[in-house]
Amino acid sequence: MGATVTEKKEMIATRVAYGKTLAELGKENLNIVVLDADLSGSTQTKFFAKEFPDRFFNMGIAEQNMIGVAAGLASTGKIPFASSFAMFATGRAWEIVRNSVCHNMFNVKICATHAGLTVGEDGGSHQIIEDIAIMRTIPNMTVIVPADATEAKLATRAIAEYFGPVYMRLGRSNVPVLFDEKDYEFKIGKAHVIKPGIDVSIFAYGVMVSRALWAQEILKSEGISAEVVNVSTIKPLDKNTILSSIKKTGCAVTCEEHNIHGGLGDAIGALMSEENPAPLKRIAIQDQFGQSGKADELLIHYGLTKENIALAAKEAIKKKMK
Amino acid sequence: MPLSDEKLNELKLVCKDLRKSILKMAHAANSGHPGGSLSATEILTVLYFAIMKYDPHNPNWHERDRLVISKGHATPLVYSILAKAGYYKGDDLLTFRRLGSPYQGHIDRLKAPGIEASTGSLGHGSSLAVGMALGSRLDKLNNRVYLLNSDGELQEGSTWEAIMSASHYRLGNLTAIVDRNRIQLDGWTEETMTLEPINKKYEAFGWHVQEIDGHDMNQIYNAILKTHEIGIKEHKPCVIIAHTVKGKGVSFMEDEVKWHGVAPNDEELAKALAEVEKE
Repeated sequence: MGATVTEKKEMIATRVAYGKTLAELGKENLNIVVLDADLSGSTQTKFFAKEFPDRFFNMGIAEQNMIGVAAGLASTGKIPFASSFAMFATGRAWEIVRNSVCHNMFNVKICATHAGLTVGEDGGSHQIIEDIAIMRTIPNMTVIVPADATEAKLATRAIAEYFGPVYMRLGRSNVPVLFDEKDYEFKIGKAHVIKPGIDVSIFAYGVMVSRALWAQEILKSEGISAEVVNVSTIKPLDKNTILSSIKKTGCAVTCEEHNIHGGLGDAIGALMSEENPAPLKRIAIQDQFGQSGKADELLIHYGLTKENIALAAKEAIKKKMK
Repeated sequence: MPLSDEKLNELKLVCKDLRKSILKMAHAANSGHPGGSLSATEILTVLYFAIMKYDPHNPNWHERDRLVISKGHATPLVYSILAKAGYYKGDDLLTFRRLGSPYQGHIDRLKAPGIEASTGSLGHGSSLAVGMALGSRLDKLNNRVYLLNSDGELQEGSTWEAIMSASHYRLGNLTAIVDRNRIQLDGWTEETMTLEPINKKYEAFGWHVQEIDGHDMNQIYNAILKTHEIGIKEHKPCVIIAHTVKGKGVSFMEDEVKWHGVAPNDEELAKALAEVEKE
């Protein structure tokens, strides 16, 4: 069981898969409770809310309290899923996440949607590009970013089973369905080589996984064999899979819909420096805020494209040759 | 109904022991928060020894009453009272604030038993208590959630978010007690950032409010019993604003800002212990 990329052309947002799975889980596990901060229609917790009104708590526009209340619910044995936009669930509530949830080791799942540039038209105030950095730096926290609807569904189930604080980042926009549930295994802390290759390792998560796959095709047409790895658990990092890929290829590219500081690029860069120094190029947002626009336009505007990934891969390979 | 004379005398002796322990712990650590521990001594004594249902041999007993100490800096008091309640022997309380000690500078649930939630960062406890009250209600438990707030932390916006949600969800199983000692680190609360009228603020947020002398254990006891009654009848969260004196029981600490976060030296400790003993 591994991860085969399907040829399906379906487009589904990860938040939708999350919302539907949560409603299924509600039937199976009576300890699951859900909190939202006036965004249940957007985060998709509305499905759970409709079916299980007694276990759904709308906390209003008060994200700090939402996270604190989730921590209190967890202390009574409930499994709280707290959702809002990623900007507010992580940014606004950071210190509550840090102290009330993680320092207490309370079993809270923060599943936040509308992360990154692909929020689109709402603009810079809502496009959090710092969430991975600020969540992964907290002890006890697990950080997960599903690449597609299939992975979002499986990850939602996996984190309900896992005991401990989790941050799961979900997107607003529709993204291609890459994996088939029948032959995709999601395990917290496990990265998947989804296209094997020998010349360069491309590590990506979230919306950038499909772009990494497209870049792999460009490279292939130029005679370059790129390995694409879906790093859907940012923390704990799957050091074995990542290092064995780099050992094989000798260079790496990271791709993320996140600021260049503090994300996967930094995590893998640090790991490589310590364990297996090799050339690295990081595709990320270059330390600037987003703006309004369509999701796809924004990814292009900020350089998060298959062409740039392919270019970075070639530069990394060139450095390896020196 | 007042506490019996016998019970009251027993509780007064507990308070005396706790005050001595608080002073010794702060002295041994050469840091810590004696002032806000001494102000809340009677409140916690009544909760632990006249009100709450708990089992020190089974701290995770699901049907226990839960107490969230939102003023997580009142550590010398909390760690002393948990020893008295039987959660641990406490013969090592003087390791307070030292490396490796279970008795942390601010309470830590993962290092010592009997603590519902690690706090210390102000403005967290109220949300935690709301979550516990919701969780207890979902499980149809016949317990109560108690919450000890400092007055200073009513300046935190998150506290009011929690207060708003407690009445929205009609949490009649929640009793908050505000240790209104009127002093915060930088000075008097009203000079630092005006809190009054606290009672009207809680009322406006849909809470039942009582005001009492927070060192009179009969008043504390009766006010808490009243919150049980109101909670069941009116499905309202209840707050008791307990007017207290920071540093209570030690003449040179009382109402002195300095003693918020400073430990007594050898001479001050001897003087303070003598005063508490005489009381």
